[in-house]
Amino acid sequence: MIFKLSEEQELLKKTVRDFAESEIAPKAAEMDEKEEYDMTLWSKMAEMGLTGIPYPDDYDGAGMDNLSYAIAVEELSRVCASSGVFVSAHTSLCAWPIYAFGTEDQKQKFLKPLSSGDKLGAMGLTEPSAGSDASSLKTMAVKEGNEYVLNGTKIFITNGYHAEIYVIFATTDRSKGTRGISAFIVEKDTPGFTFGKKEHKLGIRASSTYELVFENCRIPAENLLGQEGQGFKMVMMTLDGGRIGIAAQALGIAQGAYEQALGYSKIREQFGKPISANQGLQWMLADMSTQIEAARLLVYKAAYLKDNKQPFSKEAAMAKLFASETAMAVTTKAVQVFGGYGYTREYPVERMMRDAKITEIYEGTSEVQRIVIAANILK
Amino acid sequence: MKIVVCMKQTFDTEAKIAVDANGKINKQGVSLIMNPYDEFAVEEALRIKEKTAGEVTVVTVAGPEGQDALRQALAMGADKAVLVDPGMDEIDEFTTASILAKAISEIEYDVLLGGFRAIDDGSAQVAGRVAEILGIPVVNVITKLEIADGKAVANSEIEGGSQTVEVALPAMFTAQKGLNEPRYPSMKGIMQAKKKPMDKKVLGDLGLDAGQVAPKVKAISYFLPSARAAGKIIPGEPADAARDLVKALREEAKVI
Repeated sequence: MIFKLSEEQELLKKTVRDFAESEIAPKAAEMDEKEEYDMTLWSKMAEMGLTGIPYPDDYDGAGMDNLSYAIAVEELSRVCASSGVFVSAHTSLCAWPIYAFGTEDQKQKFLKPLSSGDKLGAMGLTEPSAGSDASSLKTMAVKEGNEYVLNGTKIFITNGYHAEIYVIFATTDRSKGTRGISAFIVEKDTPGFTFGKKEHKLGIRASSTYELVFENCRIPAENLLGQEGQGFKMVMMTLDGGRIGIAAQALGIAQGAYEQALGYSKIREQFGKPISANQGLQWMLADMSTQIEAARLLVYKAAYLKDNKQPFSKEAAMAKLFASETAMAVTTKAVQVFGGYGYTREYPVERMMRDAKITEIYEGTSEVQRIVIAANILK
Repeated sequence: MKIVVCMKQTFDTEAKIAVDANGKINKQGVSLIMNPYDEFAVEEALRIKEKTAGEVTVVTVAGPEGQDALRQALAMGADKAVLVDPGMDEIDEFTTASILAKAISEIEYDVLLGGFRAIDDGSAQVAGRVAEILGIPVVNVITKLEIADGKAVANSEIEGGSQTVEVALPAMFTAQKGLNEPRYPSMKGIMQAKKKPMDKKVLGDLGLDAGQVAPKVKAISYFLPSARAAGKIIPGEPADAARDLVKALREEAKVI
C-alpha cells in the first residue's frame, strides 16, 4: 500500500487550500450570518475548474480522479462547509447521473455547462413523505406525446433556486413501485416549475435549500435520463458516489475545527500556562487528530476504489458514517477547547459545530449508512 | 515574445524556522512554496505571453524538491521548466546567478523576469547578477510593465517614489508586490503540467564544473534572533504615567 498522493493531487490540495484560505475564509462567517452564498466565489471556482473535477476534458471537466475531487471538497469544507456542499451537490448529485446515464446529446447540452461552471446543478429526490424511504415518491411524470408532465413537490433541495439544471426523480408508473421511478433533467425557468419556501437551517446556512414545486410542468421527452423505470437504480448509484463527497465535506469540517482548536490551545493561557500544557486537553487533541486520520483513510479509500472501478458502496457508506460522526465529535470538542469564546460567533468553531450536524443526516442518515453497510456484509 | 522567469522555491511564509544540532537551518518537514515575488514574475510573464502569443520558460537552481515550484508555474500556464541541480548544499548568490545565466544563455529570450527578492535570504542580488553576466539592462522593483515595439516601459520603485523607465529588450525586470494579482493554477492546468517539458540538468550539462561556480560567501554560523522581551505597562493616572514613561525613555531606554 502506498499512502502518498500523486504530484497532481498534492498540487491540487495546495491550490485549493490557498484559494479557500484567501478567497473563501474571509467571507465564510458573513455568508453564514446572511444565509446567502457569494456567487462571485462560484465564478472563481468555475474559472479554476473546481466545478467539473472528475469529468473528462471532452465535457469541459478537469479530467481528474475522484480522489482529487474528494480532496478539493475537503479543502473547501475546511474553511467553509457551505462551499463544500455547493460543489459536492453540483458535482456528485447533478453532473454525475448525467455523465453516467445521459445520452451524448444530453452530455453536450447539460454536462458541459455544468462542468465548466457556466451553470450550477442540483438534484431533486426528497419529498415530505419520501426521505430515507426514497421509494415512496409522490411526484408523478406522465408522458403526453413528446413531453412529460411533472406534478409534485420536492423539499430540502441543496443549491435550489441558484441552480439552473436539476435532475429530478419522479414516478412514471406507481403500480411498479421502485421500478416505476424515472429520472429527468429539468431546467430552471421551465413553465410550471417554481420555488417554494427557503429553509432556514442550523448549519450550512450559506448553502441554499429550497422547496421545488412542479405544477403541470412540461419537459421535452428527450430530457428523460436513461430509460423509464431505471430511476431508483440511478438514485442508489448516485448516492453511493455522493457519499464520498459528503464524507469529504465532513472530513474537511473536522480538520478545520481541529486546527482551530490546536492553534488556540497553544496561545490561550490559564493558570499561568497555555491550556495545551494540560494533559486533559492534550488527550482531547490526540483523540481528535486520530479520528480525523482514520476518517481520511476511509474517505480516500472509497474514492480510490471508485477510481479503480471496484465496488465502493460499502466503503463509501463507512466513510460517510465515520467521517460525519467524527465531524460532530471533533467540532463539539473544538468548541469545548475554546470554552466560552467557542460558543460565540467571534470564532469559527461555533459555525463548524452547527455545520457538522447535517453531514450525519443528508445523502443518507447515519442510520441509513448502517443499513447499507449491514446489507453489504450480510449478503 | 520569449519570456524566461528566474524562480526560487522558499520556505512557506508561515514555516517555523529552527536551527538543528549541527547549527544549520532545519529543513525537515518544512512546507515549501514558490517565492511570492517570483509568483508576480510568473504571472507577469503569462500576461505578456497571452498578449503576444509568446512562450514562458521557468528556470530554477535547486535540488529535486524544486520541481514542485516549477510544476506550479507550469500549472499556472508556463510552457517549459528547467531545473539545474547545483549538487551542493550551500550556495550563494554568485553560484545561483552564474548557473542561471548559463542556463538562460542557452535559451532564446526577449524578456527576463524574477522576483525582486526571495523571502528567505532576502539578498535581492540574483536577478541583477544574472543581467550583469548576460550583459543586459535590469529594471528593479517594478510595479508596472508594458511591452511594445521591441522595448519596455516599466514603473520602478525608488527611494521615496517611483520612476518610469524605458528600456530596450532584451532586459531583466524584477517584480514587486502590486505588479499584478497572481492567478491560481486551474485544475486543467494541473493536469496539463505533467505533460509539459521539465528539463532536469546538472552542472556538467551546462559545461560548468563545481569549481567555477563555487560559492564565494560561506555562512559561518546561523542563530535565531533573540526573543523579544515582554512589553512594560506603566500603571497610574495618565499624567503620572506619562511622567514615568518619559523618565523611562530617558533613563532606561536612553532614546530621548
